[in-house]
Amino acid sequence: MVEGTSAWRLIISGDPTLYAIAFLSLKVSLSAVVLAAVFGFPLGALIAFSHFPGRGALVVLINAFMGLPPVVVGLCVYLALSRSGPLGSLGLLFTPTAMVIAQAILITPIIAALTRQTIEDLWSEYRNELLAMGVSRMGCLAALLYDARVSLFTALLAGFGRAAAEVGAVMIVGGNIEGFTRTMTTAIALETSKGDMAMAMGLGLMLIAIVIAINASTWILSSLTKSRMG
Amino acid sequence: MTSIDNLPLVLSGVSHRIGDLTLLDEVSLTINAGAPTAILGPNGAGKSTLLNIAMGLMRPTSGAVSWGGRSDPAPLRRAIVFQSPVMLRRSVRGNILFALEQAGVARDKREARLQGLLARVGLIGLEDRPARRLSGGEQKRVALARALARDPDLLLLDEPTADLDPAATRAVEEIIAGAAASGVKILMVSHDAAQVRRLAGEVHFLVKGRLRESAPTARFFSDEASPLAQSFLRGDLLTET
Amino acid sequence: MTKTLIACALSALMLTGAAAQERFITVASTTSTQDSGLFSHLLPLFKARTGIEVKVIAQGTGQALDTGRRGDADVLFVHAKPQEEDFVAQGFGVARFDVMYNDFVLIGPASDPAGIKGGKDIAAALTKIQSQGAAFVSRGDKSGTHAAELALWKEAGVDLAAKRGPWYREIGQGMGAALNTAKAMEAYVLADRGTWISFKNKDGLSIAIEGDKRLFNQYGVIMVDPAKHAWVKTEPGKAFMDYVLSAEGQAAIADYKIEGQQLFFPNAKR
Repeated sequence: MVEGTSAWRLIISGDPTLYAIAFLSLKVSLSAVVLAAVFGFPLGALIAFSHFPGRGALVVLINAFMGLPPVVVGLCVYLALSRSGPLGSLGLLFTPTAMVIAQAILITPIIAALTRQTIEDLWSEYRNELLAMGVSRMGCLAALLYDARVSLFTALLAGFGRAAAEVGAVMIVGGNIEGFTRTMTTAIALETSKGDMAMAMGLGLMLIAIVIAINASTWILSSLTKSRMG
Repeated sequence: MTSIDNLPLVLSGVSHRIGDLTLLDEVSLTINAGAPTAILGPNGAGKSTLLNIAMGLMRPTSGAVSWGGRSDPAPLRRAIVFQSPVMLRRSVRGNILFALEQAGVARDKREARLQGLLARVGLIGLEDRPARRLSGGEQKRVALARALARDPDLLLLDEPTADLDPAATRAVEEIIAGAAASGVKILMVSHDAAQVRRLAGEVHFLVKGRLRESAPTARFFSDEASPLAQSFLRGDLLTET
Repeated sequence: MTKTLIACALSALMLTGAAAQERFITVASTTSTQDSGLFSHLLPLFKARTGIEVKVIAQGTGQALDTGRRGDADVLFVHAKPQEEDFVAQGFGVARFDVMYNDFVLIGPASDPAGIKGGKDIAAALTKIQSQGAAFVSRGDKSGTHAAELALWKEAGVDLAAKRGPWYREIGQGMGAALNTAKAMEAYVLADRGTWISFKNKDGLSIAIEGDKRLFNQYGVIMVDPAKHAWVKTEPGKAFMDYVLSAEGQAAIADYKIEGQQLFFPNAKR
């Protein structure tokens, strides 16, 4: 693996193209997580809280969608954002925004399902006390979301992990355009197809290192919070 | 201060059935201001069910409940401490502040009230500890502080010292006595006759969902009490009705 | 709290879409052209000349043509002349122009199981591969290379539908993936010379057949018809086409070399 060192050299020397690709990956996946949280948190919390006909079916559906194949999501978003498609006039195909949208769709079920589970468990614990204190519905929701924040953050992390790891959706809706929509995963796919295994591996290890770093820092953060909350 | 009054608390013909099981059977009683009232009885008597209904957390399957003439169960100036209180995942301070907030206390008044409550339940110095890491007795006291934060005129207690060691029991009983002395009406459920004798002014004796006897404490613990009561106090297991 | 989150989400979206304001066109091309590295060489020169940014989507020829049909690209740069001419005839493209050519080569494993290495006759080689049942990897993805491969089987008189068997492996992927697979399976594969030269995983593979005139691979460039899709960027698109067809652009194409070898041969008609 003598050529492997060339990949490491690029990483250590701070090669701008490489770092631009890494930066785009982070930007897209983190934006997707934020967008997915905007929809996923309330959805999960409301389902945890309410009872309505069809609730069970909705829970099953959301759990099932956690396993949506990224390439299928990519295809659907591609067809929707294509100039010939219903949302074509937005001109979003082959842009990072399209990638954010596709990844957000991919991970919203994860965040919603984990939120629902967390809030449901905490609600069954807190229910009597909160009702006895005459807390309003909204007040209960706020208290649950606040007290469950560490678990909710872990849900975000799970979503981020899935987004950062996938290649199918971003490849289709982004087009892997050099300098514009090329992320770490699409770059790895490209380098592999060019036969440059060393470069592909180097990128892969860098991606893993970034994901580990993010997980480590959130673990530290949640440990600190847990010690304060008990 | 608001003129909300939870007293008299009146239960008339309250029954509670779940499926085939009758938890309460035509219970009628009136709770007036004054010394603590205890509901005493063996396990499975329906005491906790009665307390939850008296708190307004459950609606009885038949019968009526009113608080100071009101039938709306909103818990205004009324508080309950459950047998196993659940601590919020926050510090002691966080728990009590939450209760103060929910009780409608103005933001600038909360800190002072917090300090007062900590003193009252003897938790000064522990306020920054995560509440869930406290001992059982300490958590009971946090729960009492949360309840007292609501400035209740009626405080309901479900087995306040079950699972507590004697020292913790003493501490909690002192808080209860202190609250009663300051004008809070206590309605407590207990299976501990000795505790009832220590704390209560009147006793309602509940067995298998039916109210068997209501009497001032002195009479209940004398030989003027009903045979069933005397049997229970002797330590007999009341397996027959 | 919700408001803050929505604000974050929107600004994130806007940041990622901010680049959309500069002048650019979208060119749908093929994975083999992309993998050869030609665009990395050519496009900066074009941008320096005109200030126009070119975004290349590399897909299989079939998908590139579909992208053109949807109006998701402004210009096509592919190598499948019959399909390109159909594209224009169906009204999706304005006109088609020859821009450059390279050739295909038959790549094979060092062990040369069909014993064809060094030959000059592609038809004979393919016939031998089929009769020997030697492993062969096909792109199988409606790409220009795939179309050329099918045409060559026909030329060799091999009825693939009848003779297909475990020896013929259709992978439905791009050129790089096909080469990787051929290496791993010790199989033969038809590749364009450009991708072959720039391919970095060559150990165990080498050129088995080259030079046959039937291995000629013509590239064409087409403007997507604005009559079909009004949003096509005709002006910068035309600037791009004019450039690659101009003397300057053609010279730039000829200039592109890997390890001293020229990959593409400009042949625009002037």
